[in-house]
Amino acid sequence: MKLITAIVRPEKLSAVLEALFKAEVRGLTISRAQGHGGETERVETYRGSTVKMELVDKVRLDIGVSDPFVQVTVDAILRSAHTGEVGDGKIFVLPVEKVIRIRTGDEDLAAVTPATPAM
Amino acid sequence: MPTPPAPPAINGADTAWMLVATALVLLMTPALGFFYGGLVRSKNALNTMMMSFAAMGAVGLTWALAGYSLAFGDGGPLLGGTGHLFLRGVGLEPHGTLPHLLFMSYQGTFAVITAALISGAVVERMRFGPYLAFISIWSLLVYAPVCHWVWGGGWLGNLGAIDFAGGTVVHVNAGAAALVAAAVLGPRRDYGRQALLPHNVPFVLLGAALLWFGWFGFNAGSALAANATAALAFTNTLLAPVATLAVWMALDRLRTRKTTAVGAATGIVVGLVAITPAAGFIGPMSAIVLGAAAAFPSYYAILYRSRTRLDDSLDVTAAHGVGGLLGALLTGVLASAVWGGKDGLLAGDPAQLARQAAAVAATFAYSGVASFALLKLIGAVVPLRAAHRHEGLGLDVPQHGEEAYTSGEGAILVLPDPPTAAGASAPARSPGLAAEVPAGSRA
Repeated sequence: MKLITAIVRPEKLSAVLEALFKAEVRGLTISRAQGHGGETERVETYRGSTVKMELVDKVRLDIGVSDPFVQVTVDAILRSAHTGEVGDGKIFVLPVEKVIRIRTGDEDLAAVTPATPAM
Repeated sequence: MPTPPAPPAINGADTAWMLVATALVLLMTPALGFFYGGLVRSKNALNTMMMSFAAMGAVGLTWALAGYSLAFGDGGPLLGGTGHLFLRGVGLEPHGTLPHLLFMSYQGTFAVITAALISGAVVERMRFGPYLAFISIWSLLVYAPVCHWVWGGGWLGNLGAIDFAGGTVVHVNAGAAALVAAAVLGPRRDYGRQALLPHNVPFVLLGAALLWFGWFGFNAGSALAANATAALAFTNTLLAPVATLAVWMALDRLRTRKTTAVGAATGIVVGLVAITPAAGFIGPMSAIVLGAAAAFPSYYAILYRSRTRLDDSLDVTAAHGVGGLLGALLTGVLASAVWGGKDGLLAGDPAQLARQAAAVAATFAYSGVASFALLKLIGAVVPLRAAHRHEGLGLDVPQHGEEAYTSGEGAILVLPDPPTAAGASAPARSPGLAAEVPAGSRA
């Protein structure tokens, strides 16, 4: 089992969710995040104040998957979140010690996205 | 709204009412900004609202410099004259019973909102500069001539077509331009692929409320006097949208079992549009009939449009084009000389309906063709559409350098560069903020 954490552009979220859905990845958590990944600074002006926006809005996805699904999930995110410009985000794949589904008490493989990838 | 033969003197009551009416109509343009702004996504909120606000700066100016003269100056059947360019000869003298300046200002507020209406068809993708160029030239090339045709002594007025406050001049005109603009610009990239939801429905309701309030100046002010006709137009401006709202809510409820707020706001605007050409010509019960009838074509036009590839994003054509068309035609049906105007079909003059249809057709055709040519011309010089990347990001930051809803997190105050600074890349920072933020860290 792995935990896949992906940081993507907010405007790409719909495309990413669609790609994950098509890849039959079920179950994920998203959160709004702010970060900095080397994008060109954005300058905004409010009356006399000029400000540089160092932090950029991002969306963070956390997806727990079984091992055969890791590549499928990563591929789906790579395809759908890519623009080629600085600031597309990152994908982190982390080992997971234990997963428990609260409703049933199912543990580990029974509690994450199914073991057989669709493709 | 025919220009009456000029009695010699300025009337105090008329002037007082028209001063207020002018301010009311001007309020409609920012109100439209709130109406449209609430309907778009938050990343385009400022851009959309600025399209309305900026119309005051752009079209207000072209109106004073040339538009008023082209619309209301002495000229031929197709266009006014050059006699009032730069407001020459527009002063304190009477125009009807009003000071000439006041008449010019009142008409200017109409030109502004007509141009701003078009923006609803191009939101979330049109660049701001080309938009400003478009509405500025459009106000002279399209609005001023059509205004002259109907109200300035031009051929449609002479033909006998009646338009109390702008069903054709304002709404059919803007609706045709919006249809063409949506087609020329093409759909938003996310259109039909993602749900594009209104980001602030309370703004939509606020905008609709302020539009209705301002519309009393629009319609009742078009009597150009504080008289019984103004009271009739005022009453009809109350009753017609009331009926449209009731029918719209019923249609919503029948279709989805819910009465939607965005639907209610839309229904109010459609009712206001439809009563505009008829406001001073029909009785109050006729206004209720007209308002109720107006809900149907616009309601179904909006449903149909959203299933097509025509991204008239905020349904300017369905609300203003279709609503204006229906209002102008029903004016020819319901008008009655009893109420001080002319007779329509039901009062015994079926030819009036034909005159109304001619006015709508001529306005739609001219506005459509001229708007198309103008957009193509501007598009040949500069791109009309924002870059794909900017469209994804939302137009507020790329076009205006501001955000509608910013938390301020991660914002670093840039102090002016000291003249002796060695590098331009090392602006002074406010020490408090710089300490909180990992400034300048690069991955």
